[in-house]
Amino acid sequence: MNEITYTSSELLTINASRLLRDGDVVFVGVGLPNLACNLARRTHAPNLVMIYEAGVIGAQPARLPLSIGDPTLVSGALSVCSMYDIFAFYLQRGNVDVGFLGGAQIDRFGNINATVIGEYDHPKVRLPGSGGSMEIAAWANRCYIITPHQKRRFPEKVHFRTSAGYLSGRSEREAARLHGAGPLAVVTDLGVMEPDETGELVLTALHPGASEEQARENTGWDLKVASNLKTTDPLTAVELGILRNELDPERIYLKGGE
Amino acid sequence: MTKLITLSEAINKFVEDGDTVYAAGFTHMIPFAAGHEIIRQEKKNLILARATPDLIYDQMVAAGCAKKVIFSYIGNPGVGSLRFVRAEIEAGRLEWEEYSHFSMISRLQAGATGLPFMPMNPTAAKDLEKANPFYRTVIDPYTGGEVVVVPPLKPDVAIVHVQRVDAEGNAQIWGIIGEQKEAAFAAERVIVTAEEIVDEAIIRSDPNRTVIPGFIVDAVCHVPYCAHPSYTQGYYDRDNSFYLAWDEISKTPESVNAYLDEWVYGIADRMEYWEKLGAEVHERLKVASLPSATVDYGKY
Repeated sequence: MNEITYTSSELLTINASRLLRDGDVVFVGVGLPNLACNLARRTHAPNLVMIYEAGVIGAQPARLPLSIGDPTLVSGALSVCSMYDIFAFYLQRGNVDVGFLGGAQIDRFGNINATVIGEYDHPKVRLPGSGGSMEIAAWANRCYIITPHQKRRFPEKVHFRTSAGYLSGRSEREAARLHGAGPLAVVTDLGVMEPDETGELVLTALHPGASEEQARENTGWDLKVASNLKTTDPLTAVELGILRNELDPERIYLKGGE
Repeated sequence: MTKLITLSEAINKFVEDGDTVYAAGFTHMIPFAAGHEIIRQEKKNLILARATPDLIYDQMVAAGCAKKVIFSYIGNPGVGSLRFVRAEIEAGRLEWEEYSHFSMISRLQAGATGLPFMPMNPTAAKDLEKANPFYRTVIDPYTGGEVVVVPPLKPDVAIVHVQRVDAEGNAQIWGIIGEQKEAAFAAERVIVTAEEIVDEAIIRSDPNRTVIPGFIVDAVCHVPYCAHPSYTQGYYDRDNSFYLAWDEISKTPESVNAYLDEWVYGIADRMEYWEKLGAEVHERLKVASLPSATVDYGKY
């Protein structure tokens, strides 16, 4: 059998798409999550409902949107509402099943920093800020974090907690009584981390060819490995074909990791 | 009574130095032409509020119009960093006040509805709440639980671009409706720019589409292509290649100044700007027609 080659962006996107279930209502972000959702809709989740924070519900984009407010999201959508409505009626009310998140830093308990490196008042690196991620992390039923596996992205503790993972541990999140369950998986180009009973992210799966050692070396805390460590299913030619030929033929997002 | 005036007159009359300005539109229908006119009229010390400052505020900050930004996401949407605003903040030259999207929009909602604050469920991510003293918590009098609150945002002036409006300012929007209505109702003064000025009868034929009533509007300006490089649903596409190009242009103050000289200071108005973009850009941004099914309101 011929070995299939792929980029790390393709690996992230396809593994993210497999986390979606048919019928999920998903709050879609731009970039790889957008590709992952569109891939899921064309494969195992044809009834996926895609919601965009610009206020679009049930989008069926005919082309790959560069921004989260692209006009292609509107034409043919089920509904368009105001920004207040999308956050209040949809997200805060608990009508969103899945949120995708990313950020400059993700810590041991899945808290995310998308705001600042250094002091808040005297930023060394000023990042874009929360956008909708503070609310998505709190109120989407399930959250998934998609990010390359690099040590600087996975510090023991984030400089600034833009959005909540399990805070200082699962019990603290439970005490906060948030609607959403928190980050259920972090998908990286090496494998998958999931929270254990304390909320700490542990390595639960490796992609084919990746090693425990690589994952531990590229994580800023002492990464635990689950006793039943799995290997993710290989990418299929069907998944790669849809991504490359239909969703991102110009490789705007998929070129990463080539 | 007609409120039709030129954009230049409207900015001159309704935007003052030191004002808090909200140029509305979430990605869609951002009134770039108004931002450029504010730059040309050399307004100073403005407080620029927008959920996503976008390139319009990057340009206005670069031109020296602003002393402060209020925002919830300072990125170049889909591209990366909003370089000029970011550099000014990192250098300590620009004040800022920051929210999440929901709390930013809740501030406008409070302003638009005349409430003293808007409540939100807690998100448990408290660092921004600690960093920004406008975030407070109050006890829910019914359950005893805690809710997060933000105060009203009441801009001195809101600028809203729409597809069509009548001469009195009754404005209709379709596509992404972001926070245009909230910004207009929250503001003291409202400038509406539009792709088309239409007869009142057109507005009355489809009242559900009217987002802003004329009686809260101060000025109506006919400004076709006002939103470029943003877009107007059904009229022209988003110029994504300009958003990508700005990532390069905004890397140095020199190239930003060269851009402003050529495309803002060196231009009289939006018509000249659009002509200067040229036929190739016009062609690239053309949109094929996809009309909605009509609805029947009935004759009573």
